Amino acid sequence: MIEIRWHGRGGQGAKTAALLLADAAFAAGLYVQGFPEYGPERMGAPITAYNRLDDTAIRIHSNIYEPDIVVVVDETLIGAVDVTAGLKPGGSLVVNTGRPAEEVRAKFAGTDGVGADVSIYAVDAADISIRNLGRNLPNTPLLSVVARLTGVIGEAQFIGVMQEAYEEKFANKREVIAGNMTALKEAWNGAVLVSGDDTSGQGEEE
Amino acid sequence: MSNRGRMSGNEAVALAIRQIDPDVIAAFPITPSTEIPQFVSRFKADGLITTEFITVESEHSAMSACIGAEASGVRAMTATSSAGMALMYEVLYVAASDRLPIVLAAVNRALTGPININAEHSDSMGARDSGWIQIYSENAQEAYDNMLMAHRIGEHPDVMLPVMICQDGFITSHAIENILTEDDAPVRAFVGTYEPEHHLLDPETSVAIGPYGVSPYVFELKRAQAYAMECARDVIIDVAKDFEKTFGRSYGFFEEYRMDDAEFAVLLMGSAAGTGKVAVDRLRGRGVKAGLVKLRTFRPFPADALAAALSGRSGRGGRDGRGGTLKSLAIMDRSEGFSGFGGPLGAEVRAALYGRADGLKTINIIYGLGGRDVRVEDFEDLYTELDAMQGMEARDIPYVRSLGQREG
Repeated sequence: MIEIRWHGRGGQGAKTAALLLADAAFAAGLYVQGFPEYGPERMGAPITAYNRLDDTAIRIHSNIYEPDIVVVVDETLIGAVDVTAGLKPGGSLVVNTGRPAEEVRAKFAGTDGVGADVSIYAVDAADISIRNLGRNLPNTPLLSVVARLTGVIGEAQFIGVMQEAYEEKFANKREVIAGNMTALKEAWNGAVLVSGDDTSGQGEEE
Repeated sequence: MSNRGRMSGNEAVALAIRQIDPDVIAAFPITPSTEIPQFVSRFKADGLITTEFITVESEHSAMSACIGAEASGVRAMTATSSAGMALMYEVLYVAASDRLPIVLAAVNRALTGPININAEHSDSMGARDSGWIQIYSENAQEAYDNMLMAHRIGEHPDVMLPVMICQDGFITSHAIENILTEDDAPVRAFVGTYEPEHHLLDPETSVAIGPYGVSPYVFELKRAQAYAMECARDVIIDVAKDFEKTFGRSYGFFEEYRMDDAEFAVLLMGSAAGTGKVAVDRLRGRGVKAGLVKLRTFRPFPADALAAALSGRSGRGGRDGRGGTLKSLAIMDRSEGFSGFGGPLGAEVRAALYGRADGLKTINIIYGLGGRDVRVEDFEDLYTELDAMQGMEARDIPYVRSLGQREG
């Protein structure tokens, strides 16, 4: 089972990303869960969303305390929320940031549970989003990065599933579909490994 | 042939409603059930249902509109949560005593206060004596399946009672999970049409629904209502059997998970049962004889079947030929009863067991209030405690304790 925890702020789309990742993994034939954890419902409040992906039925209905992958949608949460709590040894940490690799490494240096065996990926999801969508909606590029890291779905299938999902989601707002799709495609290989080994499951036997 | 899909619990309930295509839906939005009438209004706008969708100004009015509609001889449904259900309490009793088989999709949420939007069973527990059939769901699949069975149960001539299908707010209502759904035609064939014996708009007979009840009659009417609830037991099982024959998924009053030779068990309702099953599997892997009972039907309460299953005697809903191996049982309530000795499920399960399961040690656990998460590890600790209870005199075991609550 692959367990993923998303940390974002209300309005940034962490929940939507988790639900879309569930869609993608479902299309790849997996059992999935995608669910949000709501605190006070307001823009900007820290929110958490979760994914479980498995090849057998998933019965557990609790939050995720020992994730394989942590996604930091908003880097201002680092320090305010214990984003890396319980991150599995050998796990992956994806950070939306425009900072150079050295600074990202430094941010997590000495953090409990973020040893040398944790792979840290940096992706400037805000930049990708602004260039492709004209707005800062970091969840779309991050979704692509995370989908690749899970190794459960290939690029072509992922892009196909997302095209379908956006056609439905934005049926009355079709002008945003193209931008979302180019953002996804750009982000698929857009993350930079700043620490640890490449944990992308692409091309490997599961 | 079932269709493999993925959707949230609210989407699953909305799909069931679209397939049932009830005559009337009257609803008022409240988190976390809001999405259900939202989906329904979209179905209506898209021409997928023929339902009359009545937007009302409160849940009291929603249920009142359902009562009026159902009394006129058609199917009425609604959805609600928490304070919304509390505002319905008065009219829930009217629906049940008027013998109107309305179906309510309940998405369980804590009652205020402090105000909280997350899962708790306190809302539907407040309606437990209102005369509604109550069926609880572990996941989106069960919420969907239970919705498909609801009308068959409530509308049966031996029953004629309203039915509440419950699922846990957010935990299942807003979680995307895999699900098997059925095609529209077989669902419609299974659910069938509603042909009440009496209704207000029938020109052949004149009936009064909801008049003043004078003392010489009220007692008899209440007894008839209670008898209908007793009759619902057989109907629930019969409908479940037909559901299994039609769609392949099996249901009863409760599900026994790895109970055959279990020495330690928990009994609970709703989404946490899935988490508990994961704990049972882990413990079984370590040689601990753990089991779990998930109660599906809370009203009518399957007292006989539960007592038989938990004491190891054969019984309906239980399995024949078991040895009565169970030594200790934790009964878990996702609501605080403020009785000073635990929650409603704890009290009722113990009452059902009294004199029928000698030597079985029990403890009532209050958990998950205000959406407090319950983890696999919480269950594992609980089974350790159940083991330790073996070394204690029954009178020294506390009636109740809470699980997952911060100390200090």
